[in-house]
Amino acid sequence: MTIQDIPTPRVGLDAPAAARSVGLSKIYGAGDTRVVALDAVDVAFPRGEFTAIMGPSGAGKSTLMHCMAGLDSVTSGQTYIGTTELSSLNDRQLTALRRDEIGFVFQAYNLLPTLTALENITLPMDIAGRRPDQEWLDRVIDTVGLRPRLAHRPSELSGGQQQRVACARALAGRPEIVFADEPTGNLDSRSSADILSFLQTSVRAMGQTIVMVTHDPVAAAYADRVLFLADGRIVDGMSAPNRERVLERMKAFDAALGA
Amino acid sequence: MWRATLRNLLAHKLRLALSGLAIVLGVAFVSGTMIFTDTLSKTFDDLFSSTASDVNVEAASAFDSGLEGSGAVSTVSADAVDEVLEVEGVAAAAGYVQAEGVYVLDRDGAVLDTGGAPGIGISWEPDRQLSSSTLVDGRAPEGPAQVALDVDSAEKAGYALGDSVPVLTTGPRVEAELVGVFTFGDTGGSAGASLAAFDTATAQELFGEPGRFDGISVLAADGVTDAQLRDRVAAALGDGYTVRTADEQAAALAGDFQEGLAFVEVFLLAFAGIALFVGTFIILNTFSMLVAQRTRELALLRALGAGRAQVTRSVLAEALVLGVVGSAVGLAGGFGVAAGLRGLFGSFGLTLDGGLVFALDTVVWAVAVGVLVTVTAAYLPARRAAKTPPVAAMRDDHVAVERSLFRRTVVGSVVAVAGGAALVAALVVDDGSTAASLVGLGALALLLGAIALSPVLARPFLRGIGAALPRLFGTAGRLARENAVRNPRRTAATASALMVGLALVSGFSIIGASTSASVDALVEESLGADYVVSTAVGAPFSAEIAEQIRGIDGVEAVTQQRFGQAAFDGAPTFISAIDADTLDSALVLDYVSGGTEGLRDGGLLVDEDTAASNGWSVGDSVPAVLANGRPLDLTLGGIYAANQAAGTVVVSLDAFTAAGGEPLDRFVYVDLAADADAGAVRSQLEGTLEPYPVVTLKDQAEFAAEQRGFVDQLLLIINALLALSVIIAVLGIVNTLALSVIERTREIGLLRAIGMDRRQLRSMVRLESVVISVYGAVMGLVLGTVLGLALVQALATAGISRPVVPAGRMLLFLAVGAVIGVLAAVWPARRAARLRVLDAVATA
Repeated sequence: MTIQDIPTPRVGLDAPAAARSVGLSKIYGAGDTRVVALDAVDVAFPRGEFTAIMGPSGAGKSTLMHCMAGLDSVTSGQTYIGTTELSSLNDRQLTALRRDEIGFVFQAYNLLPTLTALENITLPMDIAGRRPDQEWLDRVIDTVGLRPRLAHRPSELSGGQQQRVACARALAGRPEIVFADEPTGNLDSRSSADILSFLQTSVRAMGQTIVMVTHDPVAAAYADRVLFLADGRIVDGMSAPNRERVLERMKAFDAALGA
Repeated sequence: MWRATLRNLLAHKLRLALSGLAIVLGVAFVSGTMIFTDTLSKTFDDLFSSTASDVNVEAASAFDSGLEGSGAVSTVSADAVDEVLEVEGVAAAAGYVQAEGVYVLDRDGAVLDTGGAPGIGISWEPDRQLSSSTLVDGRAPEGPAQVALDVDSAEKAGYALGDSVPVLTTGPRVEAELVGVFTFGDTGGSAGASLAAFDTATAQELFGEPGRFDGISVLAADGVTDAQLRDRVAAALGDGYTVRTADEQAAALAGDFQEGLAFVEVFLLAFAGIALFVGTFIILNTFSMLVAQRTRELALLRALGAGRAQVTRSVLAEALVLGVVGSAVGLAGGFGVAAGLRGLFGSFGLTLDGGLVFALDTVVWAVAVGVLVTVTAAYLPARRAAKTPPVAAMRDDHVAVERSLFRRTVVGSVVAVAGGAALVAALVVDDGSTAASLVGLGALALLLGAIALSPVLARPFLRGIGAALPRLFGTAGRLARENAVRNPRRTAATASALMVGLALVSGFSIIGASTSASVDALVEESLGADYVVSTAVGAPFSAEIAEQIRGIDGVEAVTQQRFGQAAFDGAPTFISAIDADTLDSALVLDYVSGGTEGLRDGGLLVDEDTAASNGWSVGDSVPAVLANGRPLDLTLGGIYAANQAAGTVVVSLDAFTAAGGEPLDRFVYVDLAADADAGAVRSQLEGTLEPYPVVTLKDQAEFAAEQRGFVDQLLLIINALLALSVIIAVLGIVNTLALSVIERTREIGLLRAIGMDRRQLRSMVRLESVVISVYGAVMGLVLGTVLGLALVQALATAGISRPVVPAGRMLLFLAVGAVIGVLAAVWPARRAARLRVLDAVATA
């Protein structure tokens, strides 16, 4: 099988997208140092779906996520969160959008060391000056199993626990979409499994939309769908993935790239 | 290693500039002080060495108290001049007259501003060989209606040759035609003093004694050395004269003055020391933070095989480079500081001619101090850096273990308690000077103890005042509080710089307010007269003024007060001479025994302390000698409770005058008749005083205000100098915040990513800054209040009897502390808000 045989992924136009991009390009530098990180990417992340983005290093996975989440500017094209086009927003509006509509989970746990677990979880709402929805918050906390650790500071938590706090924070505000950047990159396999099943549960049981960048086929297997990125373009998609099929597809890339 | 050190220095230009600034400011102030005082003393050395004569003769003083204002000048007679002329080897000799208190008035009739320098009257010596002044325009003054002025004074007042110049002498006020202008000495400068020259007979008439001189200038014939001539003249004149060579004369004159200058230098250096002390904190803090941030880098060096000593050396080498560069820049800044001080003194009228004196000493001291302080401050962090385990380089999240504050708590408490004990002891001790030194030691110990304890106190304090922050400012407030308590040592060291500055400022404010209150109380309690006539600085003035006031209708009593010195049993003491008849109407003395009656007919009044320390009681015979050697046979007639206006010893004006005391008044007290029309009398008094602008008329309230004015002025100067340490403290806060922002790049990025906007971020940094500075301000104010009150208590015997804490001013200082926090945060907050979210998140 060659790359040309792989069908272009079906862009979910029939279901309302939580986030999408149209002709999204991101180019760094100019002249000799010009690097095309994203090359006219059209993608949509349907509501209530768990999407994994895979690809070799330098494929543009993180850049795609940063652009989609309004953390980075785009060179051309549009990105939407719900119906809001991001390039039309100023910094203040963008900040508010990130706060209210987007949840983040980073590879390095990225918690504030001075705040307790609970305070970290409610931080985005505290910043906005809103009271958290207590019922929902309880449900999130119970789902990640953090109830006994709420008063602890990050330095008193294990890596897996810290990442669960980060996940709870991303979900607590019921954002339109959650972006997770290699959320299990620093974790052992057991903690990884905990985090991934939690993310899966939040999609299946709570109707959350999650986009996860990963290079781990095991992690990707928890997703509803996998998009493969190479050289700044989406080159393949796979629904209902499992570890073997993802691995196989990755090998095919390596072979194609190696050829 | 050296290359790594240099690379590191250059890689962090910003941090470098920030920590370097503290050194620059400290060194600039130290070197500026030294340059300025060198310049000051050179100016006066030049002035005093500007004598043309080879040998100078003066009448010897009965005692040498080393204090100004003997109140009884010894003079030499015209016969003595003739005797000197007879001496073999004398080429020329002439008597001269010279007196302070001779003021030149400008066209508006106001005293020419000499900025505290004296107004001097001199006789014009016709034999130009003997004179140290040089006529630059016009001719020598002759007769009672001609005067010559120094160039600066003539220029300042805008007088040209031929103009009529009013001159206030120690005798009458005169108008004389300006016939010549001259320069004085080799440099031509008079250091602000005004010089008015009359011919010898006129000078004797106006401010000397007819037929007598203040001294004799002697010129040696060829082949006779100054020392030979001195010995011959001394032998010819016999006892009772002081004969000095030109060099000795200059040294003697300059010597008195140098003591005054030494005080100025010590005063300024004390503030330079404070600035440097405060600067040390900032350097220490900066290096601690830089090392903490570079833990991984240093650990990597260790992992690659660098020894502990090498790491320590590399950090110390950085400090050395920084210290040298900072000192060099500071030295250049010192010129600016010295020029500023010169300008400041110039605006008070003390013009310093000639360039700034830049001695090698200054360079050596400035660099030594700058480098030493920097390297010392860097030593502890350097040692800590060397202890970084190499494994820290491998770990992603190496967190420096918070070291225990236990030792700090113990050492700080012990030192602080010792300081407190010294302060308490100072209150109990009777002896004033012991009490003052106990207060000094106690203050230092308390300050050091507070510095040691400040990290311990920081947590509860910040939690306490920080409790309101989340409620007032939401998440930004809570995060600010948490950031401030995160590293108590860092917060405390940052706040300590401000604490030291504000402790001193508030301490001095308490002393100032207490002094003002005491002055008010003193005036109210001890002044009985309706009006006081005096110069602003307590300088002597002509007795004619009192005579004229006596002639005014409605004036009941006029009391003259003069100051002088007398030796009791060989010990020189300041005495005050007052009219015995009217003393009671002028001053209110609280007699313990005897009374004002006892002052008549060779009587003496002393205060309790003086009586007690000499073992005198009323009726005792107390012999004394004035500076001119004339005896005063006195009998103790009264003992009164300590009184600032009267002084410690009061003699009657008659006895003082009879013994040859200077006929110059310092204070004239005016009491109105009971039925007098106060308004009419006042305007008459003012009319009478109009030709004498050197003195002013004050009622009790105005007199108190004038006295308070000195206190306020002194306080202003002290605060202006302390402002430097506060500025350094502000830089310290800026430094800490800026480095914290760099250190927390990831956190800030995260906050931005999850939705904190720039405004909130700025307010977070700002609030942290305010919390730190308010902590420093509160500590400083508490400490300053304790120290100020202790010092006031210790100074109670010196007349500061009313301890006052100026609450309004204290609140103002607290507000200033908060504002400092806001200002210090401006730049770091902007820097934090400008961090690009992605860079921040991506920074590993």
